[in-house]
Amino acid sequence: MPEKIIAGQTVTVDEEGYLQNPAQWNRDIAQEIASEMGIQLTDAHWKVIEFLRRDYQERGAVPGMRRLNKVAGIAIKDLYTLFPDGPIKKAARIAGCPKPTSCV
Amino acid sequence: MRELLILGAGTAGTMVANRLRRRLSPAEWRIRVVDSELRHFYQPGFLFLPFGIYRPNQVVRPKRRLIAAGVEVWEAAAERIDPEHRRVHLATGQELPYDILILATGTQPRPDQVEGMLGDDWGHRVFEFYTYEGAVRLAERLRNWAGGRLVVHISEMPIKCPVAPLEFAFLADWWLRRRGLRDRVELIYVTPLSGAFTKPVASRVLTDLLDHKRIQVVTDFAVARVDNERHALIGWDGREVPYDLLVTVPPNLGAAVIELSGLGDEMNYVPTDRHTLQAQGHSNIFVLGDATDLPTSKAGSVAHFEAEVLTENILAQIRGNPFPARFDGHANCFVETGFGKAILLDFNYRLEPVPGRFPLPWLGPMTLLGESRLNHWGKLAFEWVYWHWLLPGRSIPFVRAELSMAGKVIPAGVWTPETASSMSKR
Repeated sequence: MPEKIIAGQTVTVDEEGYLQNPAQWNRDIAQEIASEMGIQLTDAHWKVIEFLRRDYQERGAVPGMRRLNKVAGIAIKDLYTLFPDGPIKKAARIAGCPKPTSCV
Repeated sequence: MRELLILGAGTAGTMVANRLRRRLSPAEWRIRVVDSELRHFYQPGFLFLPFGIYRPNQVVRPKRRLIAAGVEVWEAAAERIDPEHRRVHLATGQELPYDILILATGTQPRPDQVEGMLGDDWGHRVFEFYTYEGAVRLAERLRNWAGGRLVVHISEMPIKCPVAPLEFAFLADWWLRRRGLRDRVELIYVTPLSGAFTKPVASRVLTDLLDHKRIQVVTDFAVARVDNERHALIGWDGREVPYDLLVTVPPNLGAAVIELSGLGDEMNYVPTDRHTLQAQGHSNIFVLGDATDLPTSKAGSVAHFEAEVLTENILAQIRGNPFPARFDGHANCFVETGFGKAILLDFNYRLEPVPGRFPLPWLGPMTLLGESRLNHWGKLAFEWVYWHWLLPGRSIPFVRAELSMAGKVIPAGVWTPETASSMSKR
C-alpha cells in the first residue's frame, strides 16, 4: 500500500486515495482531501463525516444512503448536494474510511 | 416440553426445521414453524419463467408437504417478537412461547420504496421477476414484445441472489437472438455498483461477457424515481435512463415483524454474529438465511451452509457445550450465461470467486469462474437436488458447509487472512 503525506501527516492509502487506517485521520486531513475534490466543508458536511466515522467504528462497515437517511436523518437529496455524484464514496474518503464495498 | 420456534418456512426455515426434528427428541422438544404463505416457491426457477424455460407450476409446491411430520406448522403471520418474555405474538391474537427462537423471515422486494415504481407503467412497461406473480406477468409481456430499449436494473444493494439480474440480462440476449429480435433491442444493465460485479476477479470475467453480448452497462446509478410519463429511470445525480421495457429489482427489505419488534437495522435485517449465527444481544435467538445482516450473499446456498452450522450450534447450546461450528460466509452460485452455458462461483467472507474446479479438486466436473455446458446442466439438475436433498435437510455429497481451498487457483493478494481485528468485529 502506498504512503502519502496529507496535511503534513504520513498516511497509508489505497490506489484510489482511501485511508487504510482510520486512526491516522484528523480534521486537517479531511479538509485537505475535501478541497482536492473541490468541496468546502460546512457543518452539514461534518455531520455526515462524523456519523460515517462513528458508524464505521461501531459496525465495521461504511453505512449506505438508506442508513444515513433512516438512522442519521439526512435526506438523500441533501447528500447529493453536499457530496455531488457519489456521496458515500466521497464522504468515506474524506472521513478516512476505506472504500465502501458491497457484498456479492 | 421445551419449545423451539421458527419464524418463516421458506428455504432456510424448512431446512433447519427438518434437520432439527431428526436431532431433537420429540418427547423433550416441540418444534413449531410460523408462516402465513401456504406455497413454497423454488425461487431459482423465477429466472427461467419469463423466457418460458420453466412452466409456472414447476416452481410451486404446498409448503406443508415439505416439512417433516412432527413439526407443527402454524399458518399465521407473526406480528411481534417479545424477547424479554420469550414470546411471539401472532396476527390471530395467539401467543407462542419459546426457549429457542430461529428467525428465518427472509427478505422481500419492495417496489413501494422507489417513488413512481408502482405508477402507471407498473405491469405494463415496468416489471420484476423476484416474485412468482411478477415473473409470470413478465413472461406474458415478453411473449408478444416487439423490441425496443430493454433496461435491466438493480435499485439498491443488498438484494437476494445478487447475480440474478446479470443472469436475466444474459438470458434476455440469448432469448432475443433465438426469436430474431436481438437487432431490434438495445439491452442496458443499470447498477448502483461501480462495476458489473463487486469482486474484482469475477467482475473482469463478467464484464468481458457483457461486452461480448453487446450489453451496455450504466454504473454507480442510484435511482431517485421512475418517471412514468417519460418512461425513464431518474438518478439522484440527475442522470436519466429511458426504457421501453424496464425489468427492475426493487429494493429488498427484511420482514415487517423484525422492524416492529425493534430487532432490525435500517433494512430490517437482524444484526447477527457472523460465525455463530446468534442474534447480537440475544443468546437464545438465532438468525438464518436472508434475514441476517451478514456480509455474504443472500442466497439459498448460504442458507443451506448456515443451516448445517446452526443445527450443530443449537444442539451444543441445549447441552450447555461451547459452539462447535463457525460459519465462514460460504456461498455457491450458478450464473446462467445463455446458450446453454453457466458459470459457477464458490466463495466466502475471505475469498472472492476465483477460477478452479468444483466440487472435486482438479477433477471437477464443474468449472469455477468459467463458462461451461456442464455448469448449466448442474443448474438445471439443482432443481431436483433442492426438493429432494436440500429441503429435507440432507447434506450434498462432496459439498461441505465450509469453503474448500482445494482445486482453486488463487491469484496473489485475493485471499484475505483473518486478522485479530476482523475476528473481533461481530
